[in-house]
Amino acid sequence: MSDALSLAPEITDLLADPQADRGAESLLSKARKGQRGVIVRVGGQTGRSESIDPEELERRLLEMGFVEGALFEVLHEGLFGRDPIALRIDDMRVALRRREAAAVTVQYEEI
Amino acid sequence: MTDAALSKTQLGPARLALVGNPNSGKTALFNALTGSRQKVANYAGVTVERKEGVLTLPGGRGAHVLDLPGTYSLRARSPDEVVTRDAVLGRLSGEQPPDVVICVADATNLRLVLRLVLELKQVGRPFVLALNMFDIAQRQGLRIDLERLSAEIGAPIVTTVATRKRGLEELVAKADALAVSHAKLLEEGGAHENVWREPNAAEIRAAHREAQRIVKECVRPPERPDTVTGKVDAVLLNPVGGLLILALLLFVMFQAVFTWAEPLMGLIEAGFAGLSTGVAAVLPDGLLQSLITDGLIAGVGSVLVFLPQIVILFFFILVLEDSGYMTRAAFLMDKIMGGAGLHGRAFIPLLSSFACAIPGIMSTRVIDNKHDRLTTILVAPLMTCSARIPVYTLIIAAFIPHTKVWGVFSLPGLVMFGLYASGIVSALVVSFVIRKIFWRGTVEPFMMELPTYRWPEPRNVAMNLWTRARIFIERAGRIILPLMVLVWVLSTFPYPPEGATGPAIDYSFAGRIGHLIAPVMQPIGFNWQMTVALVPGFAAREVAVAALGTVYAVGGDDEAGTNLGALLSHQWSLATALSFLAWYVFAPQCAATLGVVKRETNGWTWPTVMFLYMAGLAYLASFVTYHVAVAMGAG
Repeated sequence: MSDALSLAPEITDLLADPQADRGAESLLSKARKGQRGVIVRVGGQTGRSESIDPEELERRLLEMGFVEGALFEVLHEGLFGRDPIALRIDDMRVALRRREAAAVTVQYEEI
Repeated sequence: MTDAALSKTQLGPARLALVGNPNSGKTALFNALTGSRQKVANYAGVTVERKEGVLTLPGGRGAHVLDLPGTYSLRARSPDEVVTRDAVLGRLSGEQPPDVVICVADATNLRLVLRLVLELKQVGRPFVLALNMFDIAQRQGLRIDLERLSAEIGAPIVTTVATRKRGLEELVAKADALAVSHAKLLEEGGAHENVWREPNAAEIRAAHREAQRIVKECVRPPERPDTVTGKVDAVLLNPVGGLLILALLLFVMFQAVFTWAEPLMGLIEAGFAGLSTGVAAVLPDGLLQSLITDGLIAGVGSVLVFLPQIVILFFFILVLEDSGYMTRAAFLMDKIMGGAGLHGRAFIPLLSSFACAIPGIMSTRVIDNKHDRLTTILVAPLMTCSARIPVYTLIIAAFIPHTKVWGVFSLPGLVMFGLYASGIVSALVVSFVIRKIFWRGTVEPFMMELPTYRWPEPRNVAMNLWTRARIFIERAGRIILPLMVLVWVLSTFPYPPEGATGPAIDYSFAGRIGHLIAPVMQPIGFNWQMTVALVPGFAAREVAVAALGTVYAVGGDDEAGTNLGALLSHQWSLATALSFLAWYVFAPQCAATLGVVKRETNGWTWPTVMFLYMAGLAYLASFVTYHVAVAMGAG
């Protein structure tokens, strides 16, 4: 298994160089198993009415380690609707529903 | 807390509190520190469990250690976390603030706990950081610059291995020294002020950056990072394979709960029967004898008989929790449970409810959101608990012929399976109705850390198991005992008149209540004997079996006590029997469960709601079952 920490150099290089092609931004809720990259924005809006208060969601995501600049990799997906997802966030493993993952914007590693 | 207690602490024992992330080995550290000298109760006014133990400091002074619920932040969300926050801030009513906070951290996973440490620093109370599971960190080749880290966080650090009791003496000594110096500081009026307040998103980001910086400066990443967890997860979290393994695991668990427990349950039953006979031999016939044997001994026995099953069930749950698998189970089940409006974390309480709804309802405390928790509590009794089994087996044995279906399945087995399945399906339907119609509000996020797999520590499992068993006995006993006495009073008084021919219970309050509601129960095929038996059966489901025996026994059938099943098969139609089974799937026939719900929800509203909806469903199900069966010629 690859260690997410070993991704650090390439990705931080990408971030450091504004000219580099950073790859398209996307919502974490659309990520598929095996995809990895860096978290670029954490908000609280999921675009779904049944989600909790955006400000509260943002804080909870931050507290679980979803912060701008954190590296992520999608490790596993659930059976039904590929939901929830298990992620590596820096050096932690975290489970999350796609509903809430929609509040996190990510940028995939260039392949 | 009284004034006397307050003044005693001036020179009395030090107060230590353990704080830390979930999965940091906090409870293992607590167990290692206090050994068997711990007490479990509730915090005043809330249903959060309060675990306290005592230890002796190096200087001979005693210390109280409080194990606070695990949290990622002092910004509390669940009732558990509110307790942790208030205890640390010294705001918890009925509690004295701790002299020293021991912050427990998983040494291999420092980043998130450092943010908690930064919050503790703002509180201004002296604290010491225990870097637990330090052996694992060393094995991974993780280097931590302890001196620098200690300087960064402004607190002493002790490395510990709770499961091997390493570093405990040093930890206790450091905490003691802090308590002494803090007391001196307080006298001089130089203590730090609490500047903690609930952080907003920007402040959490800033704290995170600060934690990140500290990690970068003090911790060198592991040379040999753990790869086992990833490999195990590849199998256990496989979308299809993972669910199959979970199903297999549950199957083994149920086999164990029902087969391993049987001999022990037999022993307990025999023990209580022996005790009852012994008491009956010593005490003269009469009220006192009846109260002690039929009321108290039978009552306590009917609860304790489930102890083996509950201990085995909790053994599995604790091992799965300690190993880190439980969060994976919640991950696998989240979508399935979520479809019914339940939270992934409701999985464990509902699983426990198959043994008994009481521990199940007590374990809903792990669910943060109030509506999620109430929904789980409301549907937990629909899971087929083991108290229904005596009722099911009696009726099935008496009425369902031993034929094969499709040449493989036995019909009685299929009926039993059907009863279990109806319980599960109805629980999902009810929670769906509650969450999608009544409480359509917000959906609680499912967000949790998947901890590194670890071998459970036998000593730790044993101690936690002992704690669980004790809680069950104490709480269930406290609720069940008075109820048992009440039911005994109802079924004993008043006495039958002179020369009465019917069973004595027929003349009692229970009998009168039974006769009173008999007309209501007639449309679902119940005769008056059944409704009379249902009244004492309210104390606990399986008591109905004994009560049916009582009601029929004194009707001139002496063999009723020995072969109740055979007797019932003559007295009841198949439709009545099926209706009775349907009733038992849903009926709120357990006063102890309602009592526990009252305790857990702090009021009578929810037990009332539970009683009404379950009674309604039971009546409906029995009505439909009875009339369909009659229409098909089984009347």
